[in-house]
Amino acid sequence: MSAPSPEPGIVVVGAGQAGVQLADSLRGAGWTGAVTLIGAETDLPYQRPPLSKDFMTGTAGEPLPLRGERFYGEAGVDFRAGVEVVAIDRAAKTVTCSDGSVVRYATLVLATGSRTRRLAVEGADLAGVHELRTLDDAVRLQGALAEASRVVVIGAGFIGLEFAAAARPRGIDVTVLEFAERPMARAVSPEMSEHFARAHAAAGIDLRCGEGVVRLVGDGRVRGVVGSSGAEYPADLVLVGVGVVPNDELAAAAGLAVDNGVLVGEDLATADPAIYAIGDVARYPSRHATGLSRLEAVQNATDQARFLAHALVEQPHGRRYETLPWFWSQQGGWKLQIAGLAAPDDERITRSDDRSFSVYRFRDGELVAVESANNPGEHIAARRFIAAARALDPGLVAEPGFSLKAFAAQAG
Amino acid sequence: MPQITYRQQDGSTETLDVVPGTSVMRAAISRGVPGIIGECGGQVICATCHVYVDDEFLDELPPMGDEEDEMLDTTASPRDPRRSRLGCQIKVGPQLERVCVEVPAEQESW
Repeated sequence: MSAPSPEPGIVVVGAGQAGVQLADSLRGAGWTGAVTLIGAETDLPYQRPPLSKDFMTGTAGEPLPLRGERFYGEAGVDFRAGVEVVAIDRAAKTVTCSDGSVVRYATLVLATGSRTRRLAVEGADLAGVHELRTLDDAVRLQGALAEASRVVVIGAGFIGLEFAAAARPRGIDVTVLEFAERPMARAVSPEMSEHFARAHAAAGIDLRCGEGVVRLVGDGRVRGVVGSSGAEYPADLVLVGVGVVPNDELAAAAGLAVDNGVLVGEDLATADPAIYAIGDVARYPSRHATGLSRLEAVQNATDQARFLAHALVEQPHGRRYETLPWFWSQQGGWKLQIAGLAAPDDERITRSDDRSFSVYRFRDGELVAVESANNPGEHIAARRFIAAARALDPGLVAEPGFSLKAFAAQAG
Repeated sequence: MPQITYRQQDGSTETLDVVPGTSVMRAAISRGVPGIIGECGGQVICATCHVYVDDEFLDELPPMGDEEDEMLDTTASPRDPRRSRLGCQIKVGPQLERVCVEVPAEQESW
């Protein structure tokens, strides 16, 4: 005997920023059918960005949920926490879950996100070696930080540097080891890397670039990190922040094309018209990039979710996801904001004053990205300006007194 | 205990008792008050915790910083030159025992 199975609706795999936003936006767009949201973590879905910032400095208190607990009931979202989807049957249009349940779908959205990349060196599993992505990670790390006196951060990306900047004011010795020649090499221009390298040095953080990691040493508990130069950096706490990898195995096992993420088109659909991917796991052709993009960012997750919700409900033909990507990082007293996507060869023009620093990126004479440190007005202006594909003479940017905000308003 | 009252566009209101130091954004999200999103977690980088503060409380609010002023130019619902603020920047406590805000119709434009 079984209950009559409900009409299959939209099933969302992953209850992070993308999945929760999609469930919310589907209702906002007027979808009245079933919405099932399946998340592997047991906590109420929460915001990850504060975990490496306010939460780590202890100024934020409790973690911040993405939506209050009552949202799921009020919005009529069948939220299943602590459940993993283990298989997709595309012919039967069902997903099989870790609790043995089978859920039918009319539309399946993969919002499975990403997980931290593991360091494949000896000693990476010693006690005192941490990673930072989930709330559990953050709680453990916060506890460990209270006892720590010497921290080594492996990887000078956003997470590593945000954590370093949060740890240093506690009077802890902080060393950051970066394999590449400069911090945040994947995300920003060499000039912005240099600006942040100086800022962190001024805060007393020992940033060592061009220093890979050979092994971690210790006796059950970590005692130090050995770099590629042969130097040993003593540590009683190590944070590994060497990037993330997309959770695309579920899609691959179902025969969907994956290549560093689930491959989707401009409409965020896979080759199976009933299956979409959004957020960290989706690799898509962006009109703002020179190749395929897989972006690890809140804005990317939520804007893709909003786009897809409206596309699924309104079913317009040929609609493309074209929102300009933007990013941010808070590192100590410096707020880094990036509007647009730059390629390594894009021209660079820097501007600075006593409070802020910026790098404007041009491609074939067109403004494609602006990196701003402590200049939120410029960042907002840049988001609008680049999205509207407006023209800007690179020569103007280099002139003293130039302000993108004023220029945008005046050229109107 | 400090109190925050949220008034929706349909006129319905909800009043929360919160611990001192809690922001209008955090209280709304934690307790599930609809219409306030707080996408950036209080970093003053988005404008999805936009609220209209009732007139009688305007004089008691903390001053507006440049970042908040910039972000308020990007709200989905129109900015009110006097009453618009970001909920993440208004914390209740000894300086502000009670505040009433109106939740705008839209936080996100699509």
